[in-house]
Amino acid sequence: MGTIQPKVSEPVSDELALVQAAKAGNVGAFEDLVRRYDRNVFRIAQHITQNREDAEDVVQDAFLKAYGNLAQFQGQSKFYTWLVRIVVNEALMKLRRRRPERMVSLDEDVKTEDDSVPREVADWAPNPEQLYTQSELHDILSRTIQGLPPSFRTVFVLRDVEGLSTEETADALGLSIPAVKSRLLRARLQLRERLSRFFQKRKNGGDRIGGDHNQ
Amino acid sequence: MKCSEFLQELTNYLDGVLDARTKAELEDHLAWCHNCYVVCDTTKKTIEIYRDSQLYELPDDLRTRLRTAIMSKCKQKKAEQSS
Repeated sequence: MGTIQPKVSEPVSDELALVQAAKAGNVGAFEDLVRRYDRNVFRIAQHITQNREDAEDVVQDAFLKAYGNLAQFQGQSKFYTWLVRIVVNEALMKLRRRRPERMVSLDEDVKTEDDSVPREVADWAPNPEQLYTQSELHDILSRTIQGLPPSFRTVFVLRDVEGLSTEETADALGLSIPAVKSRLLRARLQLRERLSRFFQKRKNGGDRIGGDHNQ
Repeated sequence: MKCSEFLQELTNYLDGVLDARTKAELEDHLAWCHNCYVVCDTTKKTIEIYRDSQLYELPDDLRTRLRTAIMSKCKQKKAEQSS
């Protein structure tokens, strides 16, 4: 069984030049950076907030904050990692405002009961995503990831959807590498468990009356 | 190797960051433990489905609207700073 192939990221060679130009007051250079990363920023924001309007606000607030703080960017990390840190903070702030009754923190190591013990071990259909239309699939994926604690969703989206390395994710979130790995493992296992309900092989072909199409 | 040990290494295995010896031990376990094989395979599919799903893509019209708003505020900020 092969490993996961990482997403190919865009070349960053000219990125530092854009950042320097933006720092020197070239607004057009900053616009190029916005164009380069706005899709990623929106995706991360919506994964964390799980709300479209909040995600739109986060995109604007995060880029404005980045613009206002460009002087603070020293170039020790990649510009994108620095930007992601701002985006995650803005998104978590939105979430806290929306759910003041429950403190949202990346530091809390949420322990849900037996979250690392797989219970569902039925095999999946060969092309499980083709069992549904695209909008049905999006609905399933969105509802499934919504059920994860925010600290797990955040690590999952940075590592597995955006393709950041473990080190970059730890850097962006201010977490240790073991903490990132532990949350990632549990996020992956919990998502798998929940998706199994939708994607496991259907028992059809008349082995019992009515088949098993009622899931 | 026990199933629980396999699970602890699953993320490292899928990310391809294991040393050759541990990787061989894991693959030996996968060869005879059907449950772990299924968990490993379906976890990999879970990641691929999310990664390839284009969930939460930014629609073009919204993208343009957001960028226009961002850039107009940046220009405003720049004008304030230089005045």
